[in-house]
Amino acid sequence: MREAEARSEAEAGLKRLMDVLAASPGDEIAACAAALGALPESIPVRGPEIGLIMVRGRIGGDGAPFNLGEAAVTRATVRLAGGTVGHAYALGQDRAKARLSAVLAAMWSDGARRADIEAQVLAPLAAARADEVSRVKREAAATRVDFFTMVRGDD
Amino acid sequence: MYVAVKGGEAAIANAHKMLADRRRGDRSLPSITVEQLVEQLALAVDRVMAEASLYAPELAALAVKQARGDMIEAIFLLRAYRTTLPRFGASQPVETGEMIAERRVSATYKDLPGGQVLGPTFDYTHRLLDPALVGDEAVEAAPARESEGEPLTRVADILAQEDLIERAYAGDPTEMPQEPSGDLTREPMEFPMARDLRLQALARGDEGFLLALGYSTQRGYGRTHPFAGEIRIGEVEVEVDVPELGFAVSLGRIRVTECQMVNQFAGSAKLPPQFTRGYGLVFGQSERKAMAMALVDRSLRAGELGEDRVAPAQDEEFVISHADNVQATGFVEHLKLPHYVDFQAELDLVRRMRAEFEARQRSESDTQEAAE
Repeated sequence: MREAEARSEAEAGLKRLMDVLAASPGDEIAACAAALGALPESIPVRGPEIGLIMVRGRIGGDGAPFNLGEAAVTRATVRLAGGTVGHAYALGQDRAKARLSAVLAAMWSDGARRADIEAQVLAPLAAARADEVSRVKREAAATRVDFFTMVRGDD
Repeated sequence: MYVAVKGGEAAIANAHKMLADRRRGDRSLPSITVEQLVEQLALAVDRVMAEASLYAPELAALAVKQARGDMIEAIFLLRAYRTTLPRFGASQPVETGEMIAERRVSATYKDLPGGQVLGPTFDYTHRLLDPALVGDEAVEAAPARESEGEPLTRVADILAQEDLIERAYAGDPTEMPQEPSGDLTREPMEFPMARDLRLQALARGDEGFLLALGYSTQRGYGRTHPFAGEIRIGEVEVEVDVPELGFAVSLGRIRVTECQMVNQFAGSAKLPPQFTRGYGLVFGQSERKAMAMALVDRSLRAGELGEDRVAPAQDEEFVISHADNVQATGFVEHLKLPHYVDFQAELDLVRRMRAEFEARQRSESDTQEAAE
């Protein structure tokens, strides 16, 4: 039971990192990774390679799935010298970003530099993405209609 | 008879060089960049992605540039590129209810939760050409104000509370399919077609064709009495199950436009009357296409809802077979390719028919003269 919990906690942590890396531009990831100093040697296991993911929607927004159309995706898998494997998947065609993201995912899983990656890579990128989302929400909020009723007549 | 004809090579090579020259235009002007197209002609890029059925903004912008702004040619280029790529898999269905929306309007409820959020719309502009855009005047940032964080409740969910609208899935929710019934990019079309396949075809269908068909339903050719229940534009997360990890990760967000049409009633002796629904979902920001798609989706449900099929927009085979503009342009434009031998055969035929006609006339007038 405790093992399963630890596993799901590790999965959640890795998912958080991979989600933020996928959402972030390659140059921002590279700038954050530079703060980690020299990255460990890694062997490419697969890719980086560009392919397609069929994006699905739901009929009526909440019904059965249908195929909306495909999206271009880049993925990469690397192995560190110690044997730890890291994967990356992201929309777009940025091979360098996929490679670097896979290395960072492998380093996170390896564990030795997990705290550094969380502080130097995950935290600033997550904050930047949250800022973007909040800016869009605030800009949209400024275009929300505030209805008011005109009072007619004297009384 | 097949006659091989050669000799066009130099002409073709020079025609392509001339195309490149005309595409570049006046060399004293800077060449337009793909980044500029993505940022400043974003809706053109969105249309190319939607109808090419491939979400890839930089590639769509490159296609627009290469096609000199010819949208269908750009769509064709992106479709062709798509065929060179392997398919890694399929995403989980995107959750449009959790969209980071830039726009959400409803024509059915004024004060719905989350409100009427206009977003970057052309509506309410006066459609006067703006001379300021000829130059490069500084543009101020979009205004912002604190968001109340109220969730954008779906209009269908509001109506569903009173059971006044059909559910998106009619059967037992626990038996709702988890996979689409097919994929048009993998299997040939067959009619009658399941609604999920029709939606795939409509999502990549030509905007102008769907617009005209949607318009025809409003003008009485298969009327569906629609209300724009809700339109939303914004970004949704694309999540995919990664087998090597054993869990789903996000690939990032894509922009989509969704339209929920609320249409007039269905019901029967057993079922109480309730509103029906048409659905539109399109890559990018394209309200016109999403609305037209929702109208056409609803009118194509005529058979399922027990309505008479009398109008073109209700004819599934007609609509779906002609919605794809790459197929349509291929067949129309192939007429300009050499048909010399075919035409020779027809020329020969018409000459023979003409000779027989003239011979017949001569013999008729001979008989007449003889009779006189």
